[in-house]
Amino acid sequence: MLSLIIRRLGIGIISVLAVSVIIFVGTMILPGDAEQIRLCQEATEANIAAMRERLGLDKSIVEQYLIWLGNFVRGDLGVSLASDAPIIELIADRYHNTVYVAVLTALIGVPISLALGILAAMFPGSLYDRILTFVSVSLVAAPEFFTATLLVLLFVFALGIGNAVVVGSTEGKDIFGLIAHFALPIATLSFVIASQLIRMSRAAVLNVMSSPYIEMAILKGVPRRRIIMRHALLNAIGPIVNVVALNLAYLVTGVIVVEVYFGYPGLATLIVQAVQTRDFILIQGLGMIFCMTYVVLMLIADVAALMSNPRLRHPK
Amino acid sequence: MSAPVHHPHVVAPFDENVSFDELPDAPPSQAYRPTLTGWIGIIITCFWLFIAVFGSFLAPYGENALPFPDDYAEFQSPKEGASLGTDVEDRDVLSRVMYGAGRTIGISFAATLLAYFVGVVLGIGAAVSGPRVDMVMSRINDAFLSLPTIMLGLVVVAAVGSSIPVLILTAGMIYASVVFRLSRAIGMEIMVMDYVEAAKVRGEGRWWIITREIWPNARMPLITDFGLRLIYVILFISSLSFLGLGVQPPQADWGSMVRENLGALQYGESQLAVIAPAVAIATLTVSINLIVDDVSAHGGGKLSKRM
Repeated sequence: MLSLIIRRLGIGIISVLAVSVIIFVGTMILPGDAEQIRLCQEATEANIAAMRERLGLDKSIVEQYLIWLGNFVRGDLGVSLASDAPIIELIADRYHNTVYVAVLTALIGVPISLALGILAAMFPGSLYDRILTFVSVSLVAAPEFFTATLLVLLFVFALGIGNAVVVGSTEGKDIFGLIAHFALPIATLSFVIASQLIRMSRAAVLNVMSSPYIEMAILKGVPRRRIIMRHALLNAIGPIVNVVALNLAYLVTGVIVVEVYFGYPGLATLIVQAVQTRDFILIQGLGMIFCMTYVVLMLIADVAALMSNPRLRHPK
Repeated sequence: MSAPVHHPHVVAPFDENVSFDELPDAPPSQAYRPTLTGWIGIIITCFWLFIAVFGSFLAPYGENALPFPDDYAEFQSPKEGASLGTDVEDRDVLSRVMYGAGRTIGISFAATLLAYFVGVVLGIGAAVSGPRVDMVMSRINDAFLSLPTIMLGLVVVAAVGSSIPVLILTAGMIYASVVFRLSRAIGMEIMVMDYVEAAKVRGEGRWWIITREIWPNARMPLITDFGLRLIYVILFISSLSFLGLGVQPPQADWGSMVRENLGALQYGESQLAVIAPAVAIATLTVSINLIVDDVSAHGGGKLSKRM
């Protein structure tokens, strides 16, 4: 078991390295050299050469990559091309908003959706189950900005609560203050992950419910609630953790759209700006951070699947 | 007493009176009949397909024409001459939604087709080419799959800028990796079936096995997945456009229309400029999803287990 997890970790590290190569090479083929954009007016031959030397662009690409990777591992993300500020500072100013929203969504959205899904599995075919299934089938395909628009229309315009943009500082706010501050972004993201979570957790429990030992428990007269709680749920935990981790990884994408929609500063808006200004050093740093988060969550999903299902540990 | 059901395709394999040539090929597949939700999905999808093809001819105004050249107010409420109001630059929202339909659906459809062409050819290829080729292709593919799609999109757009061909190529390549994994899995599953073994023993060639044994059996799950993939591509393209990195203004596209007109929500003006394109994307993707769900329920719903 342990060796399997170590092997998974190894694969995780390899995929982070592969990701770093993709990001590095991807940003290195920028046709309009970033330094040219940066120096737009003073782009004389001598200036460009000096700048290239400062950025290390005169070295070979493999050398550049190794230097960049070494710096990244030591926490040195370099200096932004567009604003000349160290990237670590740019991130330090903004990362809390992104982390708050992602973590609060996980804390609020995940338990509620799981409870709804398991409840639907307890009463399959009931009116509640059918309505929930229909709503989640519909919402799973809707884009984030549609859900966000619906929520803004409902809360801001129909009920007169809150604001269509997230404004103000989060400083000194406790957890309830933060939830109120980011209520609409959190609600939007919760809806987006909820539809998937509801469907999958319902399916996971129902799948276990159709196995012979559950039938045995029913026949020997175990009460329904006890069957779900003691027999079915424990065996469905593995698949459910897997789905939760996959959906949290999805938040990496969702959070970008939500930040732009509600117009508050965060890492996601920073990377969009970086793409617009072609600040490739900033894209490299942020891209690595986002992708590593994603890879780590996928890794957790894999390990959860391995731990819950012994059959996966011995692939044929 | 009801009469015993007659299964024309079930023939006892050991019936010596039936010669090999008389054996029927395969059980006839049951025709797909949509349920109510399936019909809703089909009707809405067909509506948007119609708008996508003919929208630019039917639109009351041009893409960037001003319905009220004398009145510069932005975000005007619906009135005579602009039934969905006007947008941030005083253009007719209805016309732009109709123009945007063709662009959003066209780009997404082209990208999904590309993803399918590349993914299915390589995936089935990997499934029939033996373990070594398969191993190499799968590892490369895994590296791409381990990235969030939107990040790949951002890196490409940062590198080469955004244009419609770039969008189609990027989305096509990103989603080809998902299609590759699916079609490889389906191909592998079929390759170990007895009938493929039988075909190999009979001495059939690789091409015959692909076209006559694998393809007919892989077709249905792949077609259902096409719908699902189309949804993801539409969402991907719209998200990129929404971030300002997809279709560039002044071209109309549903995702970028939401972005351009976000101000209407923030300042409490006529919100239809945001609602219309957002509802357009949502109704399209949701209705495709309803069809996919309906078709895969018809086929036994095994699709979700393969994903």
